[in-house]
Amino acid sequence: MTPSAGTVEEAQQPASTPPAGAATNAGGPGDRHRLRRAKSATSLTPVSGLGLGIALMWFSLLVLIPLTAVLVQASAGGWSAYWDALSSPQTLAALRLTVGTAVLVTAVNVVMGTAIAWVLVRDQFRGKRLLEVVIDIPFALPTIVAGLVLLSLYGPSSPLGVNWANTPVAVFLAFLFVTLPFIVRTVQPVLLELEHEVEEAAASLGANRLTTFRLVILPSLAPAITAGAALSFCRAISEYGSLVLLSGNLPYSTEVASVRIMSSIEGDKLTEAAAVASILLVVALIVIIALDLISRRVARYA
Amino acid sequence: MHDTAAHRVTRWTLRLIVIGYLLFLVIWPVALVAAKTFSNGLAPVIDALRQPEVIFAFQLTLSAAFWAVVINTIFGVGISLLLVRYTFPGRRALNAMVDLPLSVSPVVVGLALVLVYSGRTGWLGQSLEQAGLQVIYAPPGIIMATAFVSLPLVIREVVPVLQEIGTEQEQAARSLGASGLQTFVRITLPAIKWGLIYGVVLSLARSLGEFGAVKIVSGGVAMRTQTATLLVEERYQQFGVVNSITAYAAAFILALIAVIALIIVTSLRPPRETSQ
Repeated sequence: MTPSAGTVEEAQQPASTPPAGAATNAGGPGDRHRLRRAKSATSLTPVSGLGLGIALMWFSLLVLIPLTAVLVQASAGGWSAYWDALSSPQTLAALRLTVGTAVLVTAVNVVMGTAIAWVLVRDQFRGKRLLEVVIDIPFALPTIVAGLVLLSLYGPSSPLGVNWANTPVAVFLAFLFVTLPFIVRTVQPVLLELEHEVEEAAASLGANRLTTFRLVILPSLAPAITAGAALSFCRAISEYGSLVLLSGNLPYSTEVASVRIMSSIEGDKLTEAAAVASILLVVALIVIIALDLISRRVARYA
Repeated sequence: MHDTAAHRVTRWTLRLIVIGYLLFLVIWPVALVAAKTFSNGLAPVIDALRQPEVIFAFQLTLSAAFWAVVINTIFGVGISLLLVRYTFPGRRALNAMVDLPLSVSPVVVGLALVLVYSGRTGWLGQSLEQAGLQVIYAPPGIIMATAFVSLPLVIREVVPVLQEIGTEQEQAARSLGASGLQTFVRITLPAIKWGLIYGVVLSLARSLGEFGAVKIVSGGVAMRTQTATLLVEERYQQFGVVNSITAYAAAFILALIAVIALIIVTSLRPPRETSQ
């Protein structure tokens, strides 16, 4: 995107007039310090302060208060009730299946996601643009449709002659499908910006392709791969829609954490549901914080 | 680099592995659903889509998605401006928190909204119910669930563009006497236009397809709170050819909308990548 013309001309105007918002002295949430810094666009004006107030109120009503309610509900019965809800064999089996499959899927994605990003950036062939759309299909496709889609190739009427519906393999496939774009989309831009010269220098110094990849390319991709892996793990453990038709939701066999939460809600056992939900929430929070730290570290070295 | 025979072999192997992987994971299964939808020709599909329950479900889905996208667009642009252009205590925390909805399971989203807005036991829902506003098992709940899951999408597209364009033009406009609103409409909005459209299309695609959260907050009653994705689930699990065709037809329409949204988004994307 290119900014419209006239930048130089406009920028030469001295910014002497204070912003209109700062000139009024009306008290507002943003009016906490009266020192007006006319040239700075960074401190809150009354108008933007009001905007921040409204935005925060909506964000709290929609996201923060409801998510807090989950944690409060989870602790409603005290520590022992919380522990009982989590340590029931059926819940433990569901958590084990969810986390185990998510780890496996993330490992596959680390390899395949990097390979796909590599092919999309470095290879040239007809139909590559089509692959770009294909990568994003799992992100845009409604999850219930994703389940139907996988069922058509791996379900009872499969043209491959397999029937993995209602087995743990179906859970693996569903996770693999919905997490496909994450590592590809985080690695691709980094690979695009990678300097060819460094690789050529490594090659001219006698490094073969594998050595160049391992010692030169992989370290620069590592933060992006980590970020994508975290997102893909997070997406996998929270998946629900694509499993409804595909996995059969059999306790001890194909029931994942979110399905377990759903059946608790349907059985009106909200405290039990909230206990399992709190585990998923804490994992999501940890991933968010880790990603924030990773992106900060990357920005520092960039 | 020298393009030796060994390199060509590596490149072809990698290319074939990637295409094969995508063929078995995405392309073939999606094609099979399309083929299955039209296995008896076009007429049964059109008949299926003309059932009142199907028409109602798509209307409800569209209107919920519309309102969710409107809310997320206004909120998203506002939050993006605040995050990029202003400093305030807690900005970094807010910046990280707005991404949270993408990582929360849809089922947890539904549970969270029920705990607060249920008319029977919810923290706020009981008072809202007395005031005459039913949220859970009603359209407002569907809109909230949809807005929750697609909340960060506009922000994630607009924030990088705002950071890239800087503040020079905005400051110039202000110094020439433009009001805050004029500056926004004349300078900022045209500059973030493509990022915004990209975010809106993504939000719309995500909103139309939401399933888990909506299933919990809506109850999924046909002709009252059943959205298109809930209809697909219900019809697929019922017996009979008509139900099966209805499930596939509705799923096909949803998939078609998703793919069209993707093609729009992909055709918008290249200018952003080449500008760097």
